[in-house]
This record gives sequence, C-alpha cells and structure tokens, in this order.
Amino acid sequence: MPDSLSTLAYLVAGVLFILSLGGLSTQKTARRGNAFGIAGMLLALGVTALGHVTSFGALAVAVAVGSLIGAALAVRVEMTSMPELVAVLHSFVGMAAVLVGIASYLGARSYANHAEGVIHAVEVCVGVFVGALTFTGSIVAFGKLRGVVRSKPLLLPGRHLLNLGLVTVAVLLGAQFLAAPGNTGLIPLLIMTGVAGIVGVHLVLAIGGADMPVVVSMLNSYSGWAAAAAGFMLENDLLIITGALVGSSGAILSYIMCKAMNRSFLSVIFGGFGADEGSAPAKREGAEVPGEVVPVSAAETALLLRDAKQVVVVPGYGMAVAHAQYPVYEIAALLIKQGIKVRFAIHPVAGRLPGHMNVLLAEAKVPYDIVLEMEEINEDFPHTDVVLVIGANDIVNPGALDDKSSPIYGMPVLEVWKAKTTIVMKRSMASGYAGVENPLFFRDNTRMLFGDAKKNVDAILTELRSAAASAAAE
Amino acid sequence: MKIGIPKEIRPGERRVAATPETVSRLLKLGFEVAVQSQAGAGASFDDAEYSAIGATVVPSASELWGQAEIVLKVQPPELNPELGVHEAELLREGATLVSFIWPAKNGELLDRLAARRATVLAMDQVPRITRAQKMDALSSMANIAGYRAVIEAASFYGRFFTGQMTAAGKVPPAKVLVIGAGVAGLAAIGAARGLGAIVRAFDTRAEVREQIQSMGAEFLEVSIKEEGSGSGGYAKTMSPEFIAAEMALFAKQAKEVDIIITTALVPGKPAPVLLTEEMVSSMRQGSVIVDLAAEAGGNCALTRPGEVMTHHGVTVIGYVDLPSRLAPTASQLYGSNLTHLLADMGGAKSWHVDLEDAVVRGAIVLHEGQRVLPPPKSAPANLPPAPKPPASIQAPAPDVAKVPETHPVRRAAFVLVGAALLGALGLVAPKEFVSHLTVFVLACFVGWQVVWNVTPALHTPLMSVTNAISGIILVGGMLQISGPLSSSVTLLSAAAVLLATINISGGFWVTTRMLRMFQR
Repeated sequence: MPDSLSTLAYLVAGVLFILSLGGLSTQKTARRGNAFGIAGMLLALGVTALGHVTSFGALAVAVAVGSLIGAALAVRVEMTSMPELVAVLHSFVGMAAVLVGIASYLGARSYANHAEGVIHAVEVCVGVFVGALTFTGSIVAFGKLRGVVRSKPLLLPGRHLLNLGLVTVAVLLGAQFLAAPGNTGLIPLLIMTGVAGIVGVHLVLAIGGADMPVVVSMLNSYSGWAAAAAGFMLENDLLIITGALVGSSGAILSYIMCKAMNRSFLSVIFGGFGADEGSAPAKREGAEVPGEVVPVSAAETALLLRDAKQVVVVPGYGMAVAHAQYPVYEIAALLIKQGIKVRFAIHPVAGRLPGHMNVLLAEAKVPYDIVLEMEEINEDFPHTDVVLVIGANDIVNPGALDDKSSPIYGMPVLEVWKAKTTIVMKRSMASGYAGVENPLFFRDNTRMLFGDAKKNVDAILTELRSAAASAAAE
Repeated sequence: MKIGIPKEIRPGERRVAATPETVSRLLKLGFEVAVQSQAGAGASFDDAEYSAIGATVVPSASELWGQAEIVLKVQPPELNPELGVHEAELLREGATLVSFIWPAKNGELLDRLAARRATVLAMDQVPRITRAQKMDALSSMANIAGYRAVIEAASFYGRFFTGQMTAAGKVPPAKVLVIGAGVAGLAAIGAARGLGAIVRAFDTRAEVREQIQSMGAEFLEVSIKEEGSGSGGYAKTMSPEFIAAEMALFAKQAKEVDIIITTALVPGKPAPVLLTEEMVSSMRQGSVIVDLAAEAGGNCALTRPGEVMTHHGVTVIGYVDLPSRLAPTASQLYGSNLTHLLADMGGAKSWHVDLEDAVVRGAIVLHEGQRVLPPPKSAPANLPPAPKPPASIQAPAPDVAKVPETHPVRRAAFVLVGAALLGALGLVAPKEFVSHLTVFVLACFVGWQVVWNVTPALHTPLMSVTNAISGIILVGGMLQISGPLSSSVTLLSAAAVLLATINISGGFWVTTRMLRMFQR
C-alpha cells in the first residue's frame, strides 16, 4: 500500500476519534460517538495490518487473545467497579508503551545523522519512563480502589526529595543510555524503567483514598502521553494525535476534579492532602458545632416526601455501596407518578470517577433528564421542599462556604440546607472522607435518618407503596 | 415513677398536657401514667384511648393529684371551684409540677407551691437555646396561634383570601399585613400565603428578612436603619425616631391592606401600641385585625383582651386562647415538648433534677420548695446561633475560586523562554520531528476544545472511550511484529499488541454497555 494512502487513512481515523469524543457532548449523540471511535480503530488497524505487517501469525494470536480478555472484563464488570476497570486498562496502555519502546530500541535502524539518533533515543526514554510510571501507578491505584492496598496515604519522610532523587537517577541513566554505542544501552534503559516504576508506585501510594478520582483521571492523562511518546519514536502521526487527545482529556478531567474538591493540582500529584496539617484535621478545638441532631424515622420521611411538591435526591457513593439506587429510583418513580417533581443532584466528585454517579443512576434506569449537575440545580434548592441526602457528606457541607477554618473551605458544594427540609441518610455520625465535621447535620431544618441506606430506602418505599395503595382503594 | 395528667379547670381551656401518643412515649421512658377522667375531652381524646395504650384513668381530681409524683399541666394551678381547693394544695408533698407558670406575675402561687416543698419547672421559662428547641412550648404555642389567627381572620373577613378569575368576574386577593415575624408571625405568613393572600410583613430585626421572604411574603422596611435584636431572639424597644417612622408605615399600610395580624411583644413589658384608633378608622369596612399580643395589653389601641369588637366596620379580634382553639394539635405539640423535657431529665430510670443543665436551670422556679432565681442572662451560650449574614452564604468564596493572576513580568519571561527553547529546537531538530511536533501540539488543542464540550454526566464513558482509543498504541506493536518469532522484538511487540487489544475491546465494549443504560 502506498505510504500516502495509509497516511490519509490515519488522518481519517484521527478525525473519527475526534468526532468520537465530540459525540459525548450530549447523551443523544454519545452512542454515535462510540461507533465513530470503533470505526476509527478498525480503519487504523486494517490499514496498518495491510501496509506494514508481513507475517500475521503472532498478530492474529495476540489480537484474538487480547480481544477475548477485554470482552470478558467488559461484560462482567459491575458499574460500581468501573474505577478499577479503568485503572487496570490504564496500566495495560502503560505496559504496552514500555514494551513498544524497548522493542523500538532493539529494532532500531540506522539514522541519517547524529541528531536524529539522539532524538529517537530521547523519545524512547520519555516513552518508556511515562509508560512504566503509568503502569505501576495504575496497578497501585487499582489496588487502592479494590481495597487490597491501604487507602490511607503513605507518607514517607522527605518524600518530595525522594521523588526528586529518583527522577535524577532516571535522568542520569537516560544519559548513560544515550551515550551507549549500539544496542548496549539496554541495561541502563531497563534499570531506568524500574526506577520509573518505583516513582509511579510511590506517587500513588502517597495519595489518599478521597483523591482517587483525580489520580485515575491523571493516570488517564499519562496513558495518553505515553501513547503520544510512542508515536514520536515510531514517527506515527495517528499515535501522536490519539495520545494527545487522550492526554488532554485526562488532564481536563483531573482539573475538573481538583476544582470540585478545592485542591491544587500539584498537591494532589505530589500527594499527602489532609495529612499535611497536623495528624488529625477532624477534631479542631473550639470548632464544636452548636446544636443538636434531630433523628427521623422512615415512616416520617415517607410522609414528608408525600407532602412535598419538589424533591431533590443527592446521592453519594454510600448509596451505590449499599446498592440503594434501585429502590431510590422506585421511590422517585412513585413520587413522580403522584405529580411530585423529583430530580437528582450530582456533585462532580460524588462517585469515585468523574461522572461515576451518573452511570450508576443510569444503570438503575433513572432517566438522564432528571439527573442534574451541581451548577444546574444549586439555585433551585430554596424552592425545594424535601432534599434526600443518601450516603453523601462532604459534598453537602455548608462549612465549605462559610467556615474559613474548615479544611474543605472553598470547595463548591450542593447547597441543600436552603431547602425547607433536608433528610440525611447516614450510617452513623462519623465524618466523611475528608474527616471534616458537617454543620449541616445540626441545622434546624435537617433531619437525620440513621441506619443502613438500603434498609431505610426499602422501608420508605414500603410506606409510600402502602399509602399509594390505600389512596387508590378509596 | 407516676405521672399524673389532671383535667384543666380554667374555663375555656381545652388543651391537655398529654395525648394518647405522648402518653405512650412516656410509658416507653419507664413512667407510669395516670390520666384524670375526661382530661382529654376538650381535645377530642376520650378515656378509652388513654386506657387502651396503658394509662390508668382516675375518676377524680383529688385522687389523681394525690397519687402523682410528677404532675404535667397546661395552665398554672388555680382554685378548683368544684372542690373548693386550690390545685397547689392537691399536689403531694415534695412532688414535681411541670406546667406553664408565668412566675413573674404569679408570686402568690409560688408561695403556695413552696409550702408543698414542690419542685416546679415552668415551661414558659425554657431557655431559647438550640438544644432546647424540642422543648420550647412557647414556640409550639406561638406557631399554632399564628396559624389560628389567620383562620379566625378568614372567618370574620367576608371575602376570599385568594384572588380568582370566575365566569362571573374577577375577585381580587386579600392583602395581609403581619407585624412581627417571630414564630407566630412566620406561621401566620405561611397560613395566609397558603390561603392565597398577598402577604407583607414588618419586623424591627433585619435578620428575619430572609425568613420572611422565604415564606413568600414581602419584607417592608422603614428608611431608618436600626437593629432591633434583643436577647433570646426577641426584639428590643426601639428609638423614638424609629417608632415614628414605623407608625407612618403602618398608617399608610392600614389604608391598603384588608387583614392585619400583630404579634409584637417585648419581654417583660406591656405590648407596644402600633395601631392607633385613627389607623383602624382609616381601614376599609369589613377589614379584620387579629391582635396576638392581646394578653399583654394588645398592639392595637382598641383591642379588648379575650373579646371581639367592631369599630367603624373593622373587626378587632383579641382572643387570648388561640392555641386552645386548636386543642388536639396544641395538646400534641405541648405534650411532645413535655416528653422531650422528661426524657432529657433522665426518664423514669435515671430521673434527676440537674441544676447544672442549662435547660433545667432555665426552667426551674422551685427546687424542693426553695426559690431558684433565674440564671444570669449574660451567658452568650444562651443565645441561638446568630444567623449568618446572607452574603457569606451566597458568595462562593471568590478569594479561593479565583485563579491567581500571573505577574505580567513573569508571563513575559515565560513567553521569552518558550520562544528561545523553540528556536533552539528548530536549529537542531530534523524536519520530521518538527512536523510531528506540529501535529502533536495541534492535536492537544483540538482535544482540549472537544473534551470541554463533553457533558459531565458522560465523564465515565469518556474515560472508558479514551481508554479504548489509547489502545491505538497497538499500531506501535504491529509496526514491529513482523520479524521472526524467535526475535525479542517480535515477542515484545506481540505482548504489547495483546495488552493493547484488551484495552480496545474492553474499552469500547464497556462504553457501549454504559451508553445503552443512559435513557430518557
């Protein structure tokens, strides 16, 4: 196949990828977008196979096995485990980048001039470094999400210096690799890969469980940069374009997450949030919240819901953990049938991935047009009769807006306390991920419904059903 | 421990200190409960309901008072005309009485109770602190009074509250003015709004503006700025200038509105007169004034406490028993207040009168026959938390949200360094590299633009789809896979292809699965 033709095919594939991401701008066009992505991928693979591959045996086996594994993972994964799947897929990209980089070095051809050779070597170095870091970082992130690795940040003394030292070592090894004649640079390259791997492990270990959405999106970004670096060393524009798309997508997601959590990007990357200022930020002297918690029963909650005109449900990850989203939607459907306006309010960090909560609600068949983002719904709270907060804490903390001493001060939150009544479902009075006391629980118009979210939601549903049945009988 | 619920003997009092519902809660707290026969009759609870949930029904007052260790009442004890005995004398030696007492004006009653070595908790003295809200009987009763005031006004007012467009023509909505937006005032606003009236409200305390507006009423203001917050959430007396401005406002409003509900009270003083005879005369015929301050003398100059009078066709209602006119609800709320207080004091199992407790300390007037003086008022902890200034709630922390502006000199430096680096690169780099770099940078910008358009609801599918397309690194493996099977390059490439394929198939598949779930 002529070179120009395959280049043009790559161009089309690149455009298809861009359209694929563009399609995700609305739910209506999203599936078409996904189809564009698949088409682009098939085109790229087909052209590469026809144009550059001469023996198909190894390729066929690898592709067949890989597709099966991927499909098996995708079919079986639970929506609550999406973060783990995403993390593990990042690690594969990272590993693949390392392998491609090393292969590219081993299979190197001769270069027209010295500069070209040096640039290629640098590209290999960068690609392998980013790839290895993504690989190990994603593995650790996966472990943390799974609960295999402790989610508390591991804070080694002088960790910034340690990171700096490791990177310096990697750079020195890289220099040695550049200077090595022929193929003898393999040893320094492999050692550098190992060092990059340690950096990845250490970076992610130092990040707390609450910051996992940022970490996963950051690794998403890294996996893109790794692919782009591979594109440079193989002089393949399609890889470069795709890597850049993925890289900037991950970067944007990390930025959005950081903003939603009110963290500086750097402090997340270098880890240790919430542990910097003293050992326990949870209990601050003199900051005791005044007032008293008023508990409420499921039956009373059902009564409040039935008498409401506008209801907003604020789900947190606790709801998904308890698998309460299904009965929650049944409650919503029942209320909607009675003419009550019910909507869901999603905080950007409500799940453990950007947009995670939306997927979990979609899985429970909640129509997406009653699921609203924080900015869309915040001004509606004053007109809302009942807000149901299920398994969420920090994202509804009024202290974030008015308590300058709060560690989450400045974080945008759902202003649920402006509603007439706010019912908070919670297992107990423990504080949230960030370990911050929540003055919401002590407000006059807040009622606490303690206990297991699933059981409570089921109880409310039963109450509502029997009320609806008796209303129908009359 | 045995609790006694006597029948109220004040003429016209229909409330009772415990309903069957609150009795069952008292039983759960471990108390025994005795209820005088017919005690709940005025509030539509009959004896059978009380005995059905486990209370003993006692036929006579003297028997009930004789056996109760704790007596729960609504009105302060008074002379029982049937028996010819004062209720205080019926109380057992050393027993506890919980009731409205109004100690400031009932000195003689306290002497009688002291003689019985009684412990007396006055529900009207429960401090207005956040923790005591569930025991705050004054607020419960004020809430009912505010609601009932609107109902009374509506029954005397000869027109609709809500505006209507009927086939026969248009009916304008009633205009209601509420003076004083305490608990009663806010309840009145809510009830009047519920009936469809246009509601305006006035209060000297600026902090209640938001509450008034959140109830759907218009907040009226005078041009003079003066803060009217006194201690304990009540208003204080205002300056003469302010009062003059306020009166001018009322005079103007009186000509416009149909219903006026006044709730202005200053603790320990006669109610301020806010509506003069002249203002009442200026109102439209058929208008109604409900004076919730009637018991303290009234906010209207013409109010006759306990009565309804008309003046120039304007009805002035001076009922002092509005909560009693909603007896079942009033009894339920008051009974709940009492139950909360008893639960707070330990229930039957660990009952004790703790003088260190802020609520008990505030409410107690006699402890085993000894006068307990009211606690010092200065303690700042007794104030309800001051409502936060609205600005701090609404402003989304601009100082944090704003991205710090880069210093212009630094920015210039960045640009210069960047340009220098690019220049240097241009001198040494081969042409191919530069063209790849061009593609890379442009792709970054395209990605940036496209991804910002992605709806946040689809961020997870975005991640899985980017996962899938980053599997494009497969191409890198394919370019190098064609060598002999034994060569390490081929093996490494095959491994890379395998991993990348997992990504591609897994990523696209799971995205498809997710997107299928998103339904309208």
